[in-house]
Amino acid sequence: MEALIALILGTLTACGVYLILRGRTFPVVLGLTFLSYAVNLFLLVMGRLTIGKPPIIMEGVTDYADPLPQALVLTAIVIGFAMTAFVIVLSLKAQAELGNDHVDGKHK
Amino acid sequence: MMINHLVIAPVLLPLLMAVLLLLLRQQRLFLQRILSIISVIGQIVLAIGLLVAVGSGEILVYAVGNWSAPFGIVLVADRLAAWMLMITALLSLCALIYAVRGADRAGQHFHVLFQLQLLGLNGAFLTGDLFNLFVFFEVLLLASYSLLLHGGGRLRTKAGLHFVVINLVGSTLFLFAVGTLYGTLGTLNMADLAVKVAETAPENIFLVRTAGLLLFAVFALKAALLPLYAWLPAAYAHTSASVAALFAIMTKVGAYSILRVYTLIFGQQAGPAANLIEGWLLPLALATLIVGMFGVLASTHLRQQVAYLVVVSIGSLFIAFGLNTSAGIAAGIYYLPHSTFAAAAFFLLTDAIANRRGEASDKFEVGMAITHQRLFGVLFFTAAVLIIGLPPLSGFVGKFLILRAAIGHPGLLWIMSIVLVTSLLGLIALARSGSLLFYRTHAAEATIASATSAETGIMPVTRELIPIISLLALCLILVIQAGPVMDFALATADQLLKPSAYIDAVLSNGGIR
Repeated sequence: MEALIALILGTLTACGVYLILRGRTFPVVLGLTFLSYAVNLFLLVMGRLTIGKPPIIMEGVTDYADPLPQALVLTAIVIGFAMTAFVIVLSLKAQAELGNDHVDGKHK
Repeated sequence: MMINHLVIAPVLLPLLMAVLLLLLRQQRLFLQRILSIISVIGQIVLAIGLLVAVGSGEILVYAVGNWSAPFGIVLVADRLAAWMLMITALLSLCALIYAVRGADRAGQHFHVLFQLQLLGLNGAFLTGDLFNLFVFFEVLLLASYSLLLHGGGRLRTKAGLHFVVINLVGSTLFLFAVGTLYGTLGTLNMADLAVKVAETAPENIFLVRTAGLLLFAVFALKAALLPLYAWLPAAYAHTSASVAALFAIMTKVGAYSILRVYTLIFGQQAGPAANLIEGWLLPLALATLIVGMFGVLASTHLRQQVAYLVVVSIGSLFIAFGLNTSAGIAAGIYYLPHSTFAAAAFFLLTDAIANRRGEASDKFEVGMAITHQRLFGVLFFTAAVLIIGLPPLSGFVGKFLILRAAIGHPGLLWIMSIVLVTSLLGLIALARSGSLLFYRTHAAEATIASATSAETGIMPVTRELIPIISLLALCLILVIQAGPVMDFALATADQLLKPSAYIDAVLSNGGIR
């Protein structure tokens, strides 16, 4: 399970980095989204992979799931979502004002 | 009881004011301006209150929601935090006074965004929790994206796109670092991290060091340290003057974070991860200084030149911090407000000059003579002397303190030669731009220029001058009061280099009693 998660994380991050290095705004936005997916998943698994364990103190239970990464990842998702929305609008604005969708605003 | 709430007040005031301003957005701009200025003055008062409260070396801890550390989020006010709050509040007042001349009319919600920016800045300086630091970074960044783009325009959009994308990548790296630290150490409270890092198990030490260096990359990006400075000149050169002036503190957030994290968490007490970035900071700072000065020499317009001067000042600042001694950090703490105020004053002055040069704007080409030439010439000269670090102004005192702190350091020869040679280069560059802007003008067009500027309705000159002269006066105060300021800076440096007091204050304080 850990190996699978690590593979997914690595793939997502690699795709994200590759796309961010592209020259057009759309792939860059996609790359940022991939990176934020990767980091959200990463934060979530930082509480270790556990199945069927309670996150809140209960009687007669010794093993718990860590609830904090879930709170962290929730915050990170919200912020990431807002940032993605912002960067999409900004890309559209750049496309309209600069006349093309290159990140440097250059024509071919 | 009362003193405890003072710690969270600099965060609450701009937040509540931003909400209020958003509700009043249909009201007259005059009302919004008054409220915005009142809020900033309030923040100055709060910063003074905090400075007085922590002046004796006390560390104030505020447990948000009364959840005690390390489980809840704490806000911590020590000397450094109060000092940064003070600088931010004074700087923002000057930037705001310049903005209310009309730049805030160029787009919507300027004052709301301005207050949110201050919320993010104040929060970042006060927080004692690494994830909370990330959240405040995002608040200040989101506000800064909008402020940067305020008013619109092609170049601004282009620079804004780069700024946003690089900072989003930075935020992602920040989260990776935070996640790694939490995964290995199980805490995000900075004081608790400091304790846990020192006790890291040997098999985890590489993970902790990796996370620490990743954090360094993120903060270096915010601070515009080489090689991560390339976003700064374009972004600062193309935004409006008051926003650029406010952004003079933005790079200092990175500097603050580096100082905080690498004295507290990865400082001398951190056991296997002690002095994590010591080998990196000084060479990078020297390289930043050199490259920044090349940028100053190669600039084609004044705004770009001032933006590169910000990079240069970051280089000097990190040389001071990179010495990793009490005297070095104290010199940095003295240099930090100087470089912030001087850069901000220069940005405002550039705008005032550019507005008077018609088509030529701030480009380095022969243009028409400006109105009030003598007055602006004197101001330009003062600002140039200030920022290059010639006597008798605060830039000189700052550089002198940095060089004096470097005595005895093994890299003294490098530091001395690079700082002095780059200062000379800066002097040449600014003398060249000054003579071009003020002497090599089309004299015949001078009369026309004054006539058109009167027609196009350039504001009365005094209203432009108030913020510029205030900023220069703040630097003058730094010289006149150099003794007390330096005492404070030394006390701050000692407090930073002995993090046990900070750790005890946070971990023993259960919140409001």
